[in-house]
Amino acid sequence: MTALGKLLRTTAFRLTLVYLLVVALFAAFLLGYFALNTRRLITEQITSTVEAEMTVLTQQYNQGGIRRLVVIIENRSRRPGSSLYLVTTPTGEGLAGNVGSIEPGVLDKPGWFETAYRRLEEQQEGPEHHALVNVFQLPSGFRLLIGRDLDERERMYRIIATAGRWSVAIVMVLGIAGGIFVSRRVLNRVDAMTDTARTIMAGNLSGRLQETGTGDEFDRLALNLNGMLERIELLMRGLKEVSDNVAHDLKTPLTRLRNRCEEALRVAKSEADYRAALETTIEESDGLIRTFDALLMIARAESGEARQGMVEFDAGEIARDIGDLYEPLADEKGLSLRVEAAAPARVKANRELVSQALANLVDNAIKYAADAAPLLNGAAAEVVISAGADGNRILLTVGDRGPGIPTPDRPRAIERFVRLEQSRSKPGSGLGLSLAAAVARLHGGELRLEDNDPGLKAVIALPRAN
Amino acid sequence: MRLLIIEDDRDAADYLLKAFREVGHVADLAFDGEEGLALALDGHYDALVIDRMLPKMDGLSVIGALRAKDIETPVLILSALGQVDDRVKGLRAGGDDYLPKPYSFSELLARVEVLGRRHGGRSEETVYRVGDLALDRLSHRVVRGEDEIPLQPREFRLLEYLMKHAGQVVTRTMLLENVWDYHFDPQTNVIDVHISRLRSKIDKGFSQPLLHTVRGAGYMIRDGAR
Repeated sequence: MTALGKLLRTTAFRLTLVYLLVVALFAAFLLGYFALNTRRLITEQITSTVEAEMTVLTQQYNQGGIRRLVVIIENRSRRPGSSLYLVTTPTGEGLAGNVGSIEPGVLDKPGWFETAYRRLEEQQEGPEHHALVNVFQLPSGFRLLIGRDLDERERMYRIIATAGRWSVAIVMVLGIAGGIFVSRRVLNRVDAMTDTARTIMAGNLSGRLQETGTGDEFDRLALNLNGMLERIELLMRGLKEVSDNVAHDLKTPLTRLRNRCEEALRVAKSEADYRAALETTIEESDGLIRTFDALLMIARAESGEARQGMVEFDAGEIARDIGDLYEPLADEKGLSLRVEAAAPARVKANRELVSQALANLVDNAIKYAADAAPLLNGAAAEVVISAGADGNRILLTVGDRGPGIPTPDRPRAIERFVRLEQSRSKPGSGLGLSLAAAVARLHGGELRLEDNDPGLKAVIALPRAN
Repeated sequence: MRLLIIEDDRDAADYLLKAFREVGHVADLAFDGEEGLALALDGHYDALVIDRMLPKMDGLSVIGALRAKDIETPVLILSALGQVDDRVKGLRAGGDDYLPKPYSFSELLARVEVLGRRHGGRSEETVYRVGDLALDRLSHRVVRGEDEIPLQPREFRLLEYLMKHAGQVVTRTMLLENVWDYHFDPQTNVIDVHISRLRSKIDKGFSQPLLHTVRGAGYMIRDGAR
């Protein structure tokens, strides 16, 4: 496609053409209407003054006869201006007036006529003029013609018509030039976007559309598309990391599983040996299934699919319910578990997912705090679950007195499958915090890991329900 | 119990058939939705085990067709789709229980037995009795022998569920679903701790334990004397 062809096909240019056409038609209509009305107005004016003059002259005739009329007409004919006068005998011979020649037949019957004429003093070969005349038959058969030259009217009409044509032409030229200018600007922006999109499609996911900062519609589009690209890039990176991690964390236990079966086949002597090998196999497969479920769950939460099941409820209920579920376990581990959820903290969320996220945090807190410091200053170390509001956020917090996580390690702790070194020996898929983070993100919130001084404070921050 | 298994994976279906026979149940097999529906409309089964994705007619449609004909045989849905909203869809379609794949046979068995016996269930009784243990559902009182046992509300609900299904195996997931209404798997086995607390309240100091652990499956409350 040629550059011009491309330009002419742009929406901006086509819209410009349509607007131009509309504006031109409107201007033409307006000027035409104006011209016609002006013309009519002038005609009306002529008619009414001629009629008034006719009345006056007829009266003069009635009072003073033809002689008086002739005198008056001669008088008036000498005045400069566009007025025309002619008095003739019943046979058509001119008695007085300033009309030299007139179209034949005009004088034969009374009434209004538009006619070509020449003035008395003009050459016969000169150009003819046009006039609007009124012919009146006087009682004695004399004829009286009064009229006005129409040149002025026609000149005015022509001026307006010319102005109209010119303005339409100028509108068209300026409009097309403007259209081309606007289209080129638009086209340049779109071309730039298309080029960026091509490089992104070619695999460079870090490419971004240019934002000019003018805040126009292209900027808004670019801003949103960039947001989308950001998200896609993040998801892609996440996907890659997950597949790497899945490969690692599922392959390791699968290999172990396989080796154990092989070993059993090789060395097992008794039925009891086989039974034991099978039991561990089942246990390990269950662990694999759990890991797999957790991964699916995270994937679902991150895809936003679970957004359907959102209901409004008090986050305090969830804190109390989970506290109730975990209290015996904490107690068994020598920890005391306390729930602080006095004020209502309403959220709109997927109840099951938020419960599970909170359960994961409590599970972690108990797991790590139990070994570290069951006793704090002689009293049982506490795990505190709290629900409360902070500005427009609802915070579900789990604080423990365990070893905590050093600040630099915290972002990594939320990543999938990451178990910080000292905790490798603990049971668990390493997905608990990732799931909690995914759930928080699904609801437009976030998971924060903070210092509990001592210990770890994990916070699920969710938007407050309005 | 007489069961109908509608499952298109023949290996899985055969495995279930054998496993159910081993524990003394009779089971018929159907490999697609239409065949399964015909059998279910025909025979008198105590419970149906229906895979969600079936050839010819999917599992939920089979259930819908049965319910439309006023056949109220309890149905357990097996599905590879294990999320909460899938479960809700399954139950809304007329299923009575929902078990995501992969499942363990002991879990399936426990659930099917609870479903199959629900007909003659004791849900209408106001007082559940097992041995000398009595639970009054209206006054929320629990008495063993002569002694009243004070229970926390959650402990009461746990015991109520166990006693409602007295003599039947109740798995940890069933407890989590029915007593706590959670459909996820807590990383640590929190249910065991709740059970041991409950056990210390109702069994401690009595010669005859009522709350039993069924290895590899779950728990059961029964009168040991029988």
